[in-house]
Amino acid sequence: MADERKIGVYIYSGDGIAESFDCNKLAENIKEDSSIAVCKIMKNLCTKKGADEIRNDIDTEGLGAVVIGASSQRYHTDIFTFENTIMERVNLREAVAWTHEPNDEQTFALALDYMKMGIEKARMVGIPEPMVLDINDTVMVVGGGVTGMNAAIASAKAGYRVVLAEKASELGGFYRKLYKLTPRKAPYYSLEENTCEALIAEVMSIPRIKVLTNCTIEETSGQPGMFDVKAKVNGEELTFQVGTIVQATGWKPYNPNKLEHLGYGKFKNVVTNIEIEEFANNGGIKRKSDGGDIKSVTFIQCAGSRDENHLPYCSNVCCMSSLKQAMYIREKYPNAAVYVIYKDIRTPGNYEKFYKRMQNEDSIFLTKGEIVEMRENEDDTISLDVDNTLLDEKITIKSDLVVLATGLVPASGPERVVATAKEAESETVKVEDPKDPVLNLKYIQGPELPTLHYGFPDSHYICFPYETRRTGIYAAGAVRAPMDTASAKNDAYGASLKAIQCIENIRKGTAVHPRSGDKTYPDFFFQRCTQCKRCTEECPFGALQEDVKGTPQPNPNRCRRCGICMGACPERIISFKNYSVQIVSAMIKSIYIPTEEEDGQATPRIIAFMCENDAYPSLDIAARKGFKISPYIRIIPVRCLGSVSTSWIADSLSKGFDGAILFGCKYGDDYQCHFIKGSELANKRMENVQEKLKQLVLEPERVELHMLSLDEFDKLPEIMNKFAKTIEEIGPNPYKEM
Amino acid sequence: MEKHQIQETDLLVVGAGIAGISSALEAAETGYSVVLVEKRPYIGGRVAQLNQYFPKMCPPTCGLEINTRRLKDNPLIKLYTLTDVVSLDGKAGNYTVKIKVKPRYIKDDCTDEQLETASKNCSVEIADEFNYGLNKVKALHIPSINVYPMKYVFSKEGLSAEQIKQVESDCGECLDLSQHDETIEIKAKAVIYATGWKPYEAKNLDILGYKDFPNVITNVEMERLASPSGPTAGVIQIPGMRNEIKRVAFVQCAGSRDETHLEYCSSICCLASMKHARFVREQYPDSEIYFFYIDIRSPGAFEDFYNETKKDPKIHWHRGKVAKVFKELNSNQLIVEAEDTLTGKLKQTKVDLVVLATGMKPSINSNFPYREIIDENGFIRTDLADTIIGCGVATGPKDVAGCVQEATGAVMKAIHIIKEGN
Repeated sequence: MADERKIGVYIYSGDGIAESFDCNKLAENIKEDSSIAVCKIMKNLCTKKGADEIRNDIDTEGLGAVVIGASSQRYHTDIFTFENTIMERVNLREAVAWTHEPNDEQTFALALDYMKMGIEKARMVGIPEPMVLDINDTVMVVGGGVTGMNAAIASAKAGYRVVLAEKASELGGFYRKLYKLTPRKAPYYSLEENTCEALIAEVMSIPRIKVLTNCTIEETSGQPGMFDVKAKVNGEELTFQVGTIVQATGWKPYNPNKLEHLGYGKFKNVVTNIEIEEFANNGGIKRKSDGGDIKSVTFIQCAGSRDENHLPYCSNVCCMSSLKQAMYIREKYPNAAVYVIYKDIRTPGNYEKFYKRMQNEDSIFLTKGEIVEMRENEDDTISLDVDNTLLDEKITIKSDLVVLATGLVPASGPERVVATAKEAESETVKVEDPKDPVLNLKYIQGPELPTLHYGFPDSHYICFPYETRRTGIYAAGAVRAPMDTASAKNDAYGASLKAIQCIENIRKGTAVHPRSGDKTYPDFFFQRCTQCKRCTEECPFGALQEDVKGTPQPNPNRCRRCGICMGACPERIISFKNYSVQIVSAMIKSIYIPTEEEDGQATPRIIAFMCENDAYPSLDIAARKGFKISPYIRIIPVRCLGSVSTSWIADSLSKGFDGAILFGCKYGDDYQCHFIKGSELANKRMENVQEKLKQLVLEPERVELHMLSLDEFDKLPEIMNKFAKTIEEIGPNPYKEM
Repeated sequence: MEKHQIQETDLLVVGAGIAGISSALEAAETGYSVVLVEKRPYIGGRVAQLNQYFPKMCPPTCGLEINTRRLKDNPLIKLYTLTDVVSLDGKAGNYTVKIKVKPRYIKDDCTDEQLETASKNCSVEIADEFNYGLNKVKALHIPSINVYPMKYVFSKEGLSAEQIKQVESDCGECLDLSQHDETIEIKAKAVIYATGWKPYEAKNLDILGYKDFPNVITNVEMERLASPSGPTAGVIQIPGMRNEIKRVAFVQCAGSRDETHLEYCSSICCLASMKHARFVREQYPDSEIYFFYIDIRSPGAFEDFYNETKKDPKIHWHRGKVAKVFKELNSNQLIVEAEDTLTGKLKQTKVDLVVLATGMKPSINSNFPYREIIDENGFIRTDLADTIIGCGVATGPKDVAGCVQEATGAVMKAIHIIKEGN
C-alpha cells in the first residue's frame, strides 16, 4: 500500500457549504492526519482557477492524490481532471450541505466522516493499468443471409478481416428466396428488385472476407480477441482464431404444420408466404393442387403470430410482405381478386405509403376480420367465413389459394426457446440442453447467447439493444428481433460496429459498455480461493471458466467490470485497483461511531450502499429539490449493488453500525440493472446477511434493500428517513461499546 | 469581432438527442474523434423530456446517465451546446462546416449559489421549453433538474430590450451580456445528422380542439405532466385547471396517416398512448380510458405490452377515427365524437381530458443544403451512399431502440467514409 502517498485536500466553501458547517473546523480535523500535505478551503474551487491551483499544488508539493470535497462527483467533471494523479471526489454539497440542517453538529459529523472516507480511499486506490493482451482482430460473422453478408462487408470495409461462416452450401439465406422486395426508399410506392446476387458477388469480391460455406461451428472457446473456433467445413475440421463475433443466424418460418386450424396440411390450396416466394420465382403463382390459374387469393395475416397458442409476438414483416405478394398476384393475374384479412395492418413509418397505394388498387380488398371457418370445396377451392369485418357483417370468400402469413422465429439455436405464451409465463426459458446450438460456446454458463423472451437474445433492449450478455458477441438481424431485410442491413451495420469497437477496446485493455474505457480488471488472489464457484456461477456475462478443481479462470476480455464476482466472493480475494473489499472496508472503518460513554449519546449510524448509476444520481436531484435526509446515514456509491460484499454489512453491524440500507435497480423481467443480475443477486445475498444478524442476535429490520429508479428522487429521502426512524426505534446496536 | 477557429475531426454529429449521443459515443469508443453539436443548452433531446419508456416503464434518465458518463469520460468527443450549423459544404471525406456557438451569458466564475439567487431575483419569465410551455420559467434558469451540462443559461432570444434590461438589473452580478456568438469552422471527414423531430403542431388539427380547450393536450405534454420533474411534479392535472380526471380519451393518429397532415405513420404513438393510459390508471384507480384508433401498431415483442394493457377492464377500445372534439355547455367536459368502424355507429363519449397522439415531424432545418437527400416529407434518405448520413427520427419515425440501432450503424457508414479518405 502506498503509505507514502502525499494527499492534498480541498474543501469548497461555496454553494451553501460554508453556511452548512464550519469548514475551518473540518480542515483542522483533517490536518491531524500526517499524510495530508495540503488542506485548503476554497470559495472558487469549482472553477477553472480552482482546478489550476490544485494542479499547481500537485506539481510543487508532489501530491500523489487529491481529495476534493465539493459538488457531487457527477458535476464539474470537465473542471476536475488531473493526469496521473488519483482524485477522489467527496460530495459535500448535495450529500451534506443541501440535504441537512445547517449548523448542526450531526451535519458536521457527516461532513467529517465523508472527508475521512474519501481520504482513506485516496490513500488506498491504485492507478489502474490496463491488462493488454495480444489479440486477433478478425470479425467472425455467423450466418450468410442478408444480415451476415452486410455485416461482413461493413467490417471488411472498415479495415478488418472477416470470416463469414454459412451452414448452407451457398450464401443468401432466405433473402435469396425473395422474388421481389418491399419498397424501402422514397416514395415507397413500388416493389424493388432483389439484389441478393449482387450482394453475394460483392462479398466474394472482397479479399479480406473469407467465406466458409457448408460450415458449422463445433466449438467457440476463449474470449474476445482470442476466440478459438473449431468448425466443420465440408465435413472437415478447421480451427482458427477470431476476435469478435456477429451472430446473424436469421430466422425460420413458424412451423405451418402447427396451423391446422387454418387449413395447412389439411386443404390442398393452403400455402405459406414462403411458398408464394418460391412460386413467384418459378414461373408464377399457381394453384398448388393442380397448377391452375388463379381467380381469387386470400391472405390470412398473423397466421401463428400474435397468438398466445403459437407466437405471442408480432412478426413485424408479414403485413408488408403480404401487400407485396398481393402485387405478385396482380402482376400475373390482373383481374384476380385479392383479399387480405388482418387483425391490424401494421405498416409503420413510411411503409404507410405503400399501404395507402395498395388500398387504392382495384380488386385488392383489405379488411380487418377473424376467420371463423374454412372449408375445402369439391373443386379444391376454399371457402372462408370471415367475421367482425369492417363491414360489420359476416362474409364468405371463395378462393383458389389461401396464403398464410406465417411469422418469424429466431434461429438462435435451441428449438424449445419458441415458447408459447403460457410456457413463457411459467418461467424464463433457459438455454439448457439445446438441440441445435449455433455458436457452441465453451462457457460454463451455456453454449449460446442467453435469451430474454421468445428466444431473442437478452439485452438492455431499449437503450443498448446490441449489448448481449456475452462480451464480444453481438446478435444482428432477425435473430435479434423480427425485422425485414431493410432493417436487417442497418442492424448488420450496428452490430458489426460493436464488434470492431470491442476489438479496439480490448486492444487497449479497456472495458466495453457500460463501463466503457475502464482500465481496471478483477484481480484474483488464488492462494485463498476455496473453489466455491460462486463467482463463476453469478457473473452475468459468463466471464469466468473453471478448471477441473473448480478454481475460476478469469477471462478479462469477457469482463464488464461490474464487480459482481467481488460481491460474490466469501473469501474476499477478488479486487480491482480502485475498488475492492479492502478499500470499502477501510472507508467504513474510517467512520466514527459515537458511543454513550465517549459522546454522551450513541447517535445512530447507518451504512448505505447505492448503485452509482441510478440511486446515487437521484440523491443529487433530491438535494437540488430541497429534500432533507437523516444525518445518521453514510453513503457509499458502488459500481453495482451486485458488487456489495456482504462482509461490509456484517462488519459494519459487528462494529456498531445500527443499520444498513441498500439501493439498487429494479430486477425481474423488466430489469433495469445495467449488469443484468446485480441487484437481484444482492437481494438473494440478503439471506446470508439475515443469517449473520441472527448469529449476532440483532433484529432483522436493521437491514433493508430497495429498488429505486433514477427518477424516484422524491421517494429516496422518504425511504431513508423512514429507515432511520425504524433504527432509532429499535435502539442502539449493542456492539457499539465493544 | 467574432473569433474564428478551425477544428479538425473525423466525425461531426449534428444533434445530441438519443440518436446523436449514441453515434458520438459509439464512434469515439471505436477510436474516432467526434464533434457533437446540439442547439439546445443540454443534451438528451426529446428523450430527456420523457417520463418513462415503454414497455419497461423505466425512466430515460437511467440510460442517459450511462451515456452522459461515457460522454464526460471520453476525451475524443467535443460537445458544443447552444450551437447551430450555419453552413455545410463539401463532400464525403472532406466537409467544411461552420457552427455558431451561442453564449450562456453567464459569468465564468459564478457559483451555483450566486446563480440560484440571481434566478430567484429574475423577474422576467418565459415559457418553459422543457415542459412544452405548460408553465413559465425564469429567463435565467437551469433547463431542468437533471440535465447535462448542469449549467444555468440566460435565454435572451425573444426578449424585448426592456426585458433584457430588467434581467440585467435583477441578476446583474451573474450576467455577462458582452459574451458573443462564436463561429467555429469544423473540418470533418464524415457528417451524421441526427436532428430528430418535433411534435406535429396540434393547433393544425382544428376539429380536435387543442386550440380551444385547455384539457385537450398532446402526448408529449402528457409526458411532462406525468413526470416527477414536470410542471405538476408528476400529478396528471392541467396546470391552472382543477377539474377531476376520471374519464380520459386517447385520440390516435392525430395528424398521422392523414394526407392533409402527415401521410406516414409515426410508429410509436400507439405504444406511447398505452403507456400514458397506464400513467392515468395508476394515478386515478377509478378512471376510465377511451382509446380511439385505426390500427393498433405494437410491433415485435411490444405485442406483450398491448396484451398487458388490454387486460385492464377500465380501458375501452374503439376502432375508429375521431371526427371532432367539442365542449359540453356549462362544464369543462369534452365530447369526443367518433365513428366506430366495427359497428358503423357514430358515438359520443364524454371525457375530462383528451390526449392527442400527435405524430413526429422531422426537424431538420429548411436551409439544409443537400436537398437531394431529403424525401418529400422532410426525412433524410438512407438509400444513398457517400453523402451526409442520417439516423434516428431524422430518417423516419421510430422508437428509442430503433434510433440507437440506426445511430450505431450510421457510425459504421461514417467509418467507411473516413477510411476511404485516408
